[in-house]
Amino acid sequence: MKEKIALEARSINKSFYKPVRIDVLKDITFQLNKGEYASIIGRSGSGKSTLLYILSTMDTDYSGELFIDGITTKGKTDKELAAIRNEKIGFVFQFHYLLPEFSAIKNVMLPGFKLNKLSHEELEQNAYKLLETLGVEKLANKMAYKLSGGEKQRVAIARAMINDPIIIMCDEPTGNLDRKNANIVFNIFKELTETHNKTLLVVTHDLSFARKTRRIIELDDGRIISI
Amino acid sequence: MRQKYLIEIANALMLARWKQTLVAAIGVMFSISLFVTLLGFMEGLNKLLDGMVINRTPHIRLYNDIQPSPVQPIDLSKNYKEYYNIVRSIKPANTRKEIYNFQEIISRLRNDNRVEGVASKITAQVFYNFGNIDLNGIINGIEVEKEVKLFAFGDYISAGKFLDLETVSNSIILGQGAADVMKANLGDIISVTTTEGEQFSLKVVGFFQSGMAEIDKVQSYASIKTTRRLLGVKNTYVSDIQIKLEDLDSAPKLALEYEKFFKLNAEDIQTANAQFETGSGVRSIISYAVGITLLIVSGFGIYNILNMLIYEKMDTIAILKATGFAGSDVKKIFIFISMSIGISGAVLGAFLGFLMSLGIDAIPFSAPSLPKVNTYPIDYGIEYYIIAIIFAIAMTFLAGWMPAKKASNVDPVIIIRGK
Ligand SMILES: Nc1ncnc2c1ncn2[C@@H]1O[C@H](COP(=O)(O)OP(=O)(O)OP(=O)(O)O)[C@@H](O)[C@H]1O
Ligand SMILES: [Mg+2]
Repeated sequence: MKEKIALEARSINKSFYKPVRIDVLKDITFQLNKGEYASIIGRSGSGKSTLLYILSTMDTDYSGELFIDGITTKGKTDKELAAIRNEKIGFVFQFHYLLPEFSAIKNVMLPGFKLNKLSHEELEQNAYKLLETLGVEKLANKMAYKLSGGEKQRVAIARAMINDPIIIMCDEPTGNLDRKNANIVFNIFKELTETHNKTLLVVTHDLSFARKTRRIIELDDGRIISI
Repeated sequence: MRQKYLIEIANALMLARWKQTLVAAIGVMFSISLFVTLLGFMEGLNKLLDGMVINRTPHIRLYNDIQPSPVQPIDLSKNYKEYYNIVRSIKPANTRKEIYNFQEIISRLRNDNRVEGVASKITAQVFYNFGNIDLNGIINGIEVEKEVKLFAFGDYISAGKFLDLETVSNSIILGQGAADVMKANLGDIISVTTTEGEQFSLKVVGFFQSGMAEIDKVQSYASIKTTRRLLGVKNTYVSDIQIKLEDLDSAPKLALEYEKFFKLNAEDIQTANAQFETGSGVRSIISYAVGITLLIVSGFGIYNILNMLIYEKMDTIAILKATGFAGSDVKKIFIFISMSIGISGAVLGAFLGFLMSLGIDAIPFSAPSLPKVNTYPIDYGIEYYIIAIIFAIAMTFLAGWMPAKKASNVDPVIIIRGK
């Protein structure tokens, strides 16, 4: 039973104290099973991004408890959290964030270098396959800064998947894509959950996108109002 | 995590800012090259100047001082034993400066493994006869080959051949100053009068230039045999034993030991030439201070470029951390950048410094007092290169450390939210 849960949040609270105290997240408790495709929606400023940073282990300044793949993140050092992120979590940011100094394929391979489980050749093959799945394999050797916004976004998704993580989190991955590209991304995610048993957690403003996902978590003023 | 990927990332970051990286490396290169050139030049000068004294001064000189006997006849008398006996204006009775059984002393010293070499010497007070004028002079009777080997006698011969002293009988190497006054040329015969009033004719086979005009006006050299003849003494007469030690610094200690053991006077080089040591010490300190300042300035250069690089590459750092690179990985990347700048700058700088030293070494420089020196002196001591490289690497590490630490502490959330 336990192995089925990819991510669990137990009464997570988060406040900012500067300039004045704001409670951004209040008693956030929910579980995500493996293979689930969920979206988080809510008004601007409701705390969606803040929650995602906590769930991705990048932000550790909160109260409550977080389990990734059944393991608590409490009391872990920065180094251990980095290792968890590297192995179990893929993250796609709203603004693609590729390393401009590297080619597209090197960008995809980077988390794999850190994980260090595959040889360089195997890693390169996997990266190429992922780029192929996302339809950008022709850009593999192009430098990242020369790609268009939508292309970068897809390369970033490939990067999030390279280490075969349990859960992929995205903060408005389609925020600056046109409808056609947004649909491509949606379908890729859908396939990931259905055929690869990946868990997806997507923050979005795009209600039509959200409605197509299996589950919608709605935040309002830092509180979950519907799961 | 294989280090080679960190290196690849570091290289990519450097390449992205290759101009600034190059400037920082050139900064290190210049300071290292100036450091080694400066020290090589300064120490070269030091060695040259010290050499003027140290190389040709015996580390310990054994001699018999003419002193009145501390035990006067009245002290031997039983009648005055109970009194304080004060004798004024005591004169020495024995004027012999000869060192008795010097052969035994020398053979003992030769077997002492702290001693590099021993040469005996005598001096004769003379007048150089120049027309009606008599000039004061001192003729040093030396063992020529030993004097050349131990005390660099050959370096101060400005004309002629020192070996002629041994092969040509009754020959002399005149001090340059004396020769100038007497208008003497090589091959001329000059005459000298000894203190005993005897006149001798000597053939000039060379000139000697010490660098100190006062000395060159007075001092001349002849073989020990010739000098004995001038003095009219037996051919075992020796008044000075000059010792060169393996370790210069042990001279004061050994001087005391020999003084007791041989019951002779012993003078060490430190006592005889105290001021030279301080001079070169101060020069060394100044050049090290200047050199190290140069290195520190280039360290600030590295610190700057790294800070700038980190500021510019915040996004890259944030992504690396977000995708699972630990703070320590990020730190390694930036330390690697700093070290590459430092090491490449240091190696190139050492090479450039060597070339600059060669350049200075080729600049003509003639000092009338140093007949064997034609170009500026450079000391090619490997230690300056080692010090410079070690210091540069340590400094680069420090200069890189703080920015690297800052980079490793970048909070990816702040950066990513900031977009
Ligand atoms: N560093 C901070 N200091 C103070 N307040 C902050 C800080 N970061 C975020 N906040 C506040 O926390 C609240 C939640 O921010 P968050 O970015 O999570 O919203 P969001 O739901 O992602 O909004 P959007 O849909 O516009 O991206 C906002 O009111 C914001 O002003
Ligand atoms: Mg947001």
